[in-house]
Amino acid sequence: MQITDKLILGKANLEVYSETLIELAREDRNVLAVTSDSRGSAKLVRFAKELPEHIVETGIAEQNLVGVSAGLASCGKKVFATAPACFLTARSLEQIKNDVAYSGFPVNIVGISAGVSYGALGSTHHSLHDIAALRAINNITIVVPADNTETCLSVKAAASSDKPIYLRFGKKPMPHLYGTDDRFEIGRASVLLHGDDIAFIACGEAVAPVFEAAQLLHNEGISARVISMHTIKPLDKETLITAANECSGLITVEEHLIFGGLGEACAAALMEEGVYIPFQRVGIPDEYTVTGSQTDIFRHYGISAEGLHASAINILKRTSKN
Amino acid sequence: MAYYSNKELEIKSAELRLKLLKYIKMANAGHTGGDLSCIDILNVLYNDVLNVSPDTFNDPGRNRYIQSKGHSVEALYVVLASKGFFPESDLETLSKYNSHFVGHPTRKVNGIEFNTGALGHGLSISAGIALAGKMDNMSYRVYTLLGDGELAEGSNWEAAMFASHNKLDNLVAIIDNNTLQITGKTAEVCNPYPVDERFRAFGWDVAFVDGHNIPELRNIFKEVPFTDGKPSLIIANTVKGKGVSFMENVAKWHHGVPDDREFSMAIDELEQNLETIKNSVYADNR
Ligand SMILES: [Mg+2]
Repeated sequence: MQITDKLILGKANLEVYSETLIELAREDRNVLAVTSDSRGSAKLVRFAKELPEHIVETGIAEQNLVGVSAGLASCGKKVFATAPACFLTARSLEQIKNDVAYSGFPVNIVGISAGVSYGALGSTHHSLHDIAALRAINNITIVVPADNTETCLSVKAAASSDKPIYLRFGKKPMPHLYGTDDRFEIGRASVLLHGDDIAFIACGEAVAPVFEAAQLLHNEGISARVISMHTIKPLDKETLITAANECSGLITVEEHLIFGGLGEACAAALMEEGVYIPFQRVGIPDEYTVTGSQTDIFRHYGISAEGLHASAINILKRTSKN
Repeated sequence: MAYYSNKELEIKSAELRLKLLKYIKMANAGHTGGDLSCIDILNVLYNDVLNVSPDTFNDPGRNRYIQSKGHSVEALYVVLASKGFFPESDLETLSKYNSHFVGHPTRKVNGIEFNTGALGHGLSISAGIALAGKMDNMSYRVYTLLGDGELAEGSNWEAAMFASHNKLDNLVAIIDNNTLQITGKTAEVCNPYPVDERFRAFGWDVAFVDGHNIPELRNIFKEVPFTDGKPSLIIANTVKGKGVSFMENVAKWHHGVPDDREFSMAIDELEQNLETIKNSVYADNR
């Protein structure tokens, strides 16, 4: 896209997940959604009505949901095990580890209403640990789509993948962030805006405010590179390191605790490559979040156009270039 | 599948007991007590029920066996070796550096369907496989072996509810009911009994069997599903450490490895038992 492009609001990524799944399931009898009384929150009500043979309901039982999904996948089913990320990646973490990743069956683990999507419901319903937990498990790809395009293409890629994958979706309508020329590929970060003063590496619903921050910075003559690091594992080190070499500072932005998430993954990769650059992680600090909606929580912790603008200015003050 | 007489299967069981003890001793590791309590069940499953072999293992229509109580893996290894899934000599590497033969089942070993060993996973996995079979109109059955101590894992009860809700009468769970777990008597650790009533309340049909009686085991497996539209539970009453007198019903043999003197005592007893079976005049029901 261009920095001057006005952002056009699309749908919630979850809606696009559901639409894409309907499209896939119509074509392939083996595509299944497995839900834990979560079809409503997962926007799968229409899916279930149109394709009743394609939905498996476990009731509120996430451990069983993942175990059943692994069993189905071992028989060639293309399973989308769909439940709120907060429960799916905590209560059933052992099933994800053993039945899916260690056993090596390509279940698509779909964490819905992730991060602080359920902001006002409180910390029981937040998943700010999921990326960290799953990064520490071998043999599972982690993808956090930013917009409708990334959602649609990652769901399609997941359906035909022979490897376990975690897909993480929020429920807020997202602006379209992909231009017609932008390409999406799992494992390859997308540079959504080109710039060489400051680099933002972000994922999921945190990418949209980064885009807005880039526009604020642009008005002040600062050019920002905006990278959607939708695949957190395996991390696209090449795009990361190029950004670090070409920009004066680097900020990671994620809807996750700053421990174990995208920021730490990037920091480790940079250190090991010997790339030293003014660097900041923006995310949720080590606390149960302030109360409020997702927007409130984002603003409170600086995951907003203004907050990220301020972070960029701060980082650039630390560089020799400015 | 080759047909074995009851006497032939009893001879196999005796030989498998000798083998699993030999490899546990060689590895200086293993879950001896539970291996000995479930070996007759595995023998009957693999030689009379499942009809899986190295040639048919990738057949989508094959019967499945998921060992939820993964720690009794040495029993599974010796059975799979005897079925030709790998050379028995591979078991000399059991628990050794870089061996695929670790202390719980993994798919790196030919013949194993799932990586198990964390308890409370097998029933959900098996329910998923059974559901796929129903969806695809396949006639295979799924058999899964649980421990009695394992029943304290709540995920079993999630799976039990799911299986009856979905009328998975192609699912057969077997409890290796040796009534002991590592700490002591299962009933005293956190009582799961009466298991039969609990599973019936969850919509299953249940039968008891003597888990060391070969003809009885063969018969009970012929009767599943006990009721159309319901998953079946076989509660196999077993003896932990069965076949080695000093190990029988002693919780410390859960993962005890015999010292040299104990090992030779155990081998002597098992060899004598093998001779007795071989020499017996068996009223075979062949
Ligand atoms: Mg037991």
